[in-house]
Amino acid sequence: MSVLLIAEHNNKEVKPFTLNAISAASQIDEDVHVLVIGSNSESVAKSISLVPNVKKIIHVNNSIYENYLAENYTSVIFKLSESYSHIVCSANTFGKNLMPRVAALLDVSQVSDITKVISEDTFQRPIYAGNAFATVKSNDKIKCVTIRPTSFDPAPTSGGSAEIQNSDAGEASEISKFIKKEEIKSDRPELGTARVVVSGGRGMQSGENFKLITAVADKLNAAIGASRAAVDAGYITNDHQVGQTGKVVVPDLYIAVGISGAIQHLAGMKESKVIVAINKDGEAPIFSVADYGLEADLFEALPKFLEELNKLNTIQK
Amino acid sequence: MKILVAVKRVIDYNVQIRVKEDNSGIVTDNVKMSTNPPDDNAIEEAVKIKEAGKASEVIAVSVGEEKAQETVRKALAVGADRGILVKVDSVIEPLAVSKILKKIVEKEKPDLVFMGKQAIDDDCNQTGQMLAALLNWPQATFASKIQIKEKSLEVTREVDEGLETIEVNVPAIVTCDLRLNEPRYASLPNIMKAKKKPIEQINASDLGVDTNPRIEQIKVEEPPKRKAGIKVASVEELVQKLKNEAKVI
Repeated sequence: MSVLLIAEHNNKEVKPFTLNAISAASQIDEDVHVLVIGSNSESVAKSISLVPNVKKIIHVNNSIYENYLAENYTSVIFKLSESYSHIVCSANTFGKNLMPRVAALLDVSQVSDITKVISEDTFQRPIYAGNAFATVKSNDKIKCVTIRPTSFDPAPTSGGSAEIQNSDAGEASEISKFIKKEEIKSDRPELGTARVVVSGGRGMQSGENFKLITAVADKLNAAIGASRAAVDAGYITNDHQVGQTGKVVVPDLYIAVGISGAIQHLAGMKESKVIVAINKDGEAPIFSVADYGLEADLFEALPKFLEELNKLNTIQK
Repeated sequence: MKILVAVKRVIDYNVQIRVKEDNSGIVTDNVKMSTNPPDDNAIEEAVKIKEAGKASEVIAVSVGEEKAQETVRKALAVGADRGILVKVDSVIEPLAVSKILKKIVEKEKPDLVFMGKQAIDDDCNQTGQMLAALLNWPQATFASKIQIKEKSLEVTREVDEGLETIEVNVPAIVTCDLRLNEPRYASLPNIMKAKKKPIEQINASDLGVDTNPRIEQIKVEEPPKRKAGIKVASVEELVQKLKNEAKVI
């Protein structure tokens, strides 16, 4: 038994969720191989070879992989698949796009978004926006599994020395083409891995008002999140959306401001360690998951909150 | 151009689901059902493309039990021309659904297949990508903008880092995000008209597709409950609690 894990990266650095997926993979089996498909991506292969849980890197380095396309990746993975009992990757937009294409070609029923490894063929996964958890057993010969990254700790990034083996490229896809990526650059912690997240909802009333959220987030070194309603209304870009169809976050502290708490939003944040809700509607469902609820007008509460934070001598970063 | 749109009947997104007492699944009896929300976006986009004169026909297809006919009918009421219901007796996995859809694609020969990016019941997010693989068509997943070109589509996709734009050759599969458009409501006259539109019924068993499950559902459980929190009276109290009690700031 060996696990083939597909790395997500930008040709320079490995994306953090790949490390969480490596942890999950090594719970399935100790023999974890990582496939790095990229262009001029030596530094990625090198950095993953230092992860102690990884036994081998397979590096496919070719200019056709400068940008990630599921069509291109799939043929490489398909060729390697017969040596493996499991093919895994993270269940973010990278892996969600890729894995079903691989699974269908292998005639495998994929297990999506697992939150727990019970045995090599049995996993736990959330269904219905996390309102239930299903324990499922895969009876396919090869198991295709995507991993909810926030349910597993990231693997350590030093101490290992895995062998890097180069492998041939597949055929370049003629049917699809990358055009551009509009990446929103920010100095803030990433939403998926931040220790603190401050999120705004429809109650913010405008994009301009999100500066109240930004000020608090700056003070707490937090990532900024949003409900779907706030993104749909154009207050903030889609990469901030937390929820069933957005990102799942599990910070130490989640502050929901002007968010009513639809089940689709709760799906993305209710595993947070400490939840704070600030909402003027005392009946809002968000209060049912909040450890600390403050029934107040956010336009008064947020400036006051910042003022109180400023009075503290120390703030954890 | 012909567009096939796949729609799924699911428990309505506003329903608080309940786990069966014997942990065998979710209670679905007497529960409000409706169209999977992003599938509404998929239908809307197809109808808009037809209204813009860029498509000749929109076909709605659903794979499900008899009652999934309502879901097809709703698609007809917002502008699809005709419907197909592929009947199955039990819940089947996305792999089997994609094999069934492949059969329908081979029969109907659409240029585009649209569907929602994810069903809100099993949260699998697989069917579109699997269908693309089986047909060896390109896939544009999580689409928030679709631009039709001569022999291709330019699709903006919502990804973790922001937005990505790709070009896919036609024929192609597009899985739709909730922000692709604003689905319209069916007007009463259109609901009446939809009753006259044809829905072809096919038995999955007649398509020669293996729909046997590969995954055993061992049990379904409720998530652990969060212990009840408290309401604080002021911002000062909140900050004090976060600092001294929860110790998170």
